[in-house]
Amino acid sequence: VNPVSDIFRVLPELVLTLTGVAVMLLDAAFPPRWARRPLGWVAAIGTTLALWASLGQLALPMGTGFSGTVETSAFTVFFHVLICGLVLVALLLSLDTLPEESQHQGEFYALIVFGAVGMCLLTGAVELLLVFIALEISSIATYVLVGYRKDTVRGPEAAIKYFLLGSFATAFLLYGIALIFGATGTTQIYEIARLAPTAQNHALILAGLGLMLVGILFKVSAAPFHVWTPDVYEGAPTPVVALISTAPKAAAFALLLRVAYEMLPGLRPVWSPLLWVVAVLSMTVGNLAALRQTNVKRMLAYSSIAHAGYLLAAFAGLDSTGIMAACFYIAAYAAMNVGIFAVVTLASGYDEKLPVIDDFRGLIYRSPLLGSLLIFFLASLVGIPFTGGFMGKLISFSTALSGGAIWLVILGLLNSGLAAAYYLRLALAAARRPILEGKETLAPPQVAPRVGAAVIAALAMAVLATLVLGIIPGDTLRAAEAGAHTLKAPPVESSTFGNAVEPPTQP
Amino acid sequence: MNGFAMNDLNNSILTLILLVPLAGALLVVLAPERGKLPNWIALATTLVTFGLSLHLPAHFIPTQAGFQFEVIRPWIESPAIFYHLGVDGLSLWLVVLVGLLAPVGVMASWNAITERRKLFFALFLVQQTAMLGVFLSLDLILYYGFWELSLVPMAILIAMYGRKDGPKAALKFFLFTFIPSAPLLVAILWLYARTGSFDFATLRILINSGNLPAYQMGWVALAFLFAFAVKVPVFPLHGWLADTFSEAPVALAMVVAGKLGLYSMLRFHIGLFPMQTRAVAPVMVGLAVVGVLYGACLALVQRDFWRLMAFAALSHLSLITLGIYGLTLTGWEGAVYQILNHGVVDGALFLLLGLLYDRYATSQINAYGGLAAKLPRTATLFVFASLGLIGLPILGGFIGEFLILLGTFTGVSKGWAIAATLGVILGAAYMLSLVMRLFYGPESKLAASRPPEDLRLGQMAVLAPLAVLMFVMGVAPMLWLPTIEAGAHPPSVVNTSGFSQIHPPGAKAPDHNAALSARLKSCPLTKLGISADCNAIANSINGEVQR
Repeated sequence: VNPVSDIFRVLPELVLTLTGVAVMLLDAAFPPRWARRPLGWVAAIGTTLALWASLGQLALPMGTGFSGTVETSAFTVFFHVLICGLVLVALLLSLDTLPEESQHQGEFYALIVFGAVGMCLLTGAVELLLVFIALEISSIATYVLVGYRKDTVRGPEAAIKYFLLGSFATAFLLYGIALIFGATGTTQIYEIARLAPTAQNHALILAGLGLMLVGILFKVSAAPFHVWTPDVYEGAPTPVVALISTAPKAAAFALLLRVAYEMLPGLRPVWSPLLWVVAVLSMTVGNLAALRQTNVKRMLAYSSIAHAGYLLAAFAGLDSTGIMAACFYIAAYAAMNVGIFAVVTLASGYDEKLPVIDDFRGLIYRSPLLGSLLIFFLASLVGIPFTGGFMGKLISFSTALSGGAIWLVILGLLNSGLAAAYYLRLALAAARRPILEGKETLAPPQVAPRVGAAVIAALAMAVLATLVLGIIPGDTLRAAEAGAHTLKAPPVESSTFGNAVEPPTQP
Repeated sequence: MNGFAMNDLNNSILTLILLVPLAGALLVVLAPERGKLPNWIALATTLVTFGLSLHLPAHFIPTQAGFQFEVIRPWIESPAIFYHLGVDGLSLWLVVLVGLLAPVGVMASWNAITERRKLFFALFLVQQTAMLGVFLSLDLILYYGFWELSLVPMAILIAMYGRKDGPKAALKFFLFTFIPSAPLLVAILWLYARTGSFDFATLRILINSGNLPAYQMGWVALAFLFAFAVKVPVFPLHGWLADTFSEAPVALAMVVAGKLGLYSMLRFHIGLFPMQTRAVAPVMVGLAVVGVLYGACLALVQRDFWRLMAFAALSHLSLITLGIYGLTLTGWEGAVYQILNHGVVDGALFLLLGLLYDRYATSQINAYGGLAAKLPRTATLFVFASLGLIGLPILGGFIGEFLILLGTFTGVSKGWAIAATLGVILGAAYMLSLVMRLFYGPESKLAASRPPEDLRLGQMAVLAPLAVLMFVMGVAPMLWLPTIEAGAHPPSVVNTSGFSQIHPPGAKAPDHNAALSARLKSCPLTKLGISADCNAIANSINGEVQR
């Protein structure tokens, strides 16, 4: 075993862990009267370093470390960079919006960073037990973050709901892992891929796959496992929603891609129709429910369910194009979603004085910057061209269509037409004049939202990412494609496990 | 050296035309909102764009077949999307028309927009880029991109600067035009899945080679047609039109209907699917004639002049649709000519009505009356533009309507032509009655209550050229028609292989066909990414032709 190379294979996770520990220790060491804000900057710098470390991993030859449990490849780097970027945006957003006097601020930052460790590990894990551990690390951190506003009624309720339902889902996942272990005698993903086609007990594998899918689809909030989403998003602090609606989902989708395309590609005739149904259900349920919402965060929660559906459409695509499309869509979705939650955080404030769509009335008059950005991100969510949202949908549906799923595409695009109605309601509320003569004004007091340097940086990152993905997506697509090519189980000899460095599959 | 510089300009002119309004929008956003600074930046930008667009007719070679000033750059590798622009006889003058109406729109908004000027003009300029992009794009995804992009500034501007209930009209407009474009995108993606190309010219060849399943192609063509028909709008799909006209700021109302949809029909419905078009053409002709009569009848009974203009537009646009789906060369020439003329005339009428609305704050026709004595210049120009809309000989409307009706009469059916002519006569009735009720008769209380304030110098500077243009279009149509004819290839004169057999005099027909077949050979079906090669070949051939 070569320890040096193993450590390089988990370098981003290592950097994030050390950052999290450092933040906690500093928090304990700081006198109580000191402001905790610098801790947020420590976390942000650590995350940036982790992002940089992930990019550095591109130089490593593709392969596994720690006895074949952790993989580094273009695929993992893609998701590491994405997740670190999202965590960074969430940290910068929290820096300026968390109230100065809020308690346990240090822990807040530490938890975000620890959650990132779990998410990053989840995308790199090729051993189902490590997958489970990584999922738990990320979940536990987010359970706590969701309930961070203890003084409200909704906060703890959301946290408990999320925790209970999340635990159920994880139990499903674990049960599925156990069944697959029972059928194949291993929990290593490459090994399962090798053994599954010839396994004696086919039914056991099918059941295992089904249970694992339940667990994963819960995490990505796809219908019919979506019921927790609106309540949790409504109760959680908005900067946390910006994080949990993007980064853990990206990690869970990475796991889904791994399970579907790498672990059990032979069961495509089974999981493909299942995901077809889930995709259509998610889009339709998400959009129809969103139409009826008046609370902005609940509406965006249902919208994220619908987007999970559009993303799942990519799974109808043939092997590497399907993976590529899904990776790209995740990036596009994450960029615009983190952006819109950032804007909502700033517009309605940390304590959410303005939760309803009508409260956003006249936003563009109160703050032209926020109003314009809100409309921009909504346009991207609608799927207006030259934004990431359009390009993601285009590539996802184009892939599904070349995979032969014509009805999925028709239903999906009709759904996105329907979705325009509720996004537009919010956009038009923001564009509406704040005061209407003769009627009582619904406009809130002239709150000028505080927009600091950190938030500007966060917004700039989200806007830039959304535009780049919409106008010059070439590089991201190439990265996603490179990742897609590495997501084929490489032939591994069980005897040379862990210390053998496999040559990259990509020429 | 000069030759090289001109070559460079020819190669980059279309990109410049698209980028200048965007750059102007950026400038408007960055500049401080002081006084009328945004107005001046927008005016300068639109004038520069107009100037650039005039480069196209100056250097267009009408005898040369195919697209000119073409630009092809790979945009995305997989799926293979190209930044592919080009103009031909169909789109050339439409680009110039958009260029011309932009400064008119800025002038129409000069005093009408009093707050949030930066936002208004920035979005207005983005809208210009989107519209120009629709006319210039030859890659279906790029085209679809601009098509959808044009909705956003329009919807926001209607919502924010609408007259009474902008947001509601904006929602209606957006959903009406956005939802039908979902099937359009499905159709485009389906074509891509089958052919591996989004390129207009490549697709035209592949579709007409007859190797694609006929049943599905019928649906694909229908999806294209549906999206365009809503945008025009064609008769039963016009629900958004009246509200949008009532609410939209003048600068946008004059461009919201017609052009984009009609051009898309010519280029992307009939151009791509000649065989499928022939199946739906009789239905479209019927709907168009119904639209002509229905629009005219409703216009007759409107009490609000915005709504009257909306139904008048429905009637006129239906007439153009009739010309297009008659599938005759004469009808097409008339249709394109009438799109241009209608754009100019409607621009002038909207500008004048907008001025009246700004001054008297009502669009109820009954409230007006007897304005001619107080506002003689306004009245004169309004009458002049109304006559242009009605189709009085020696004004532009006559040429277009005459050609359309002639094409219908000789090429389609005498009955439809006669019915459509009836609509044109009704058009004279409602427009003249509008003129009478607004400007003549006893002076109304409203007219008496405000001090007379006729057109100012700046407004005259916009309107007078438009009036002159209407006149020139009426007496010298040969300035435009040869170019239009060069681009018009109605499918009734297309043989089974889909290649046009009619070429303008002097066109290098054999070369063109050689180019097409070379492209065809290099484009085996379903081979992904191949369109890059096709485009490279086409590009080199086009380069040779230009030399």
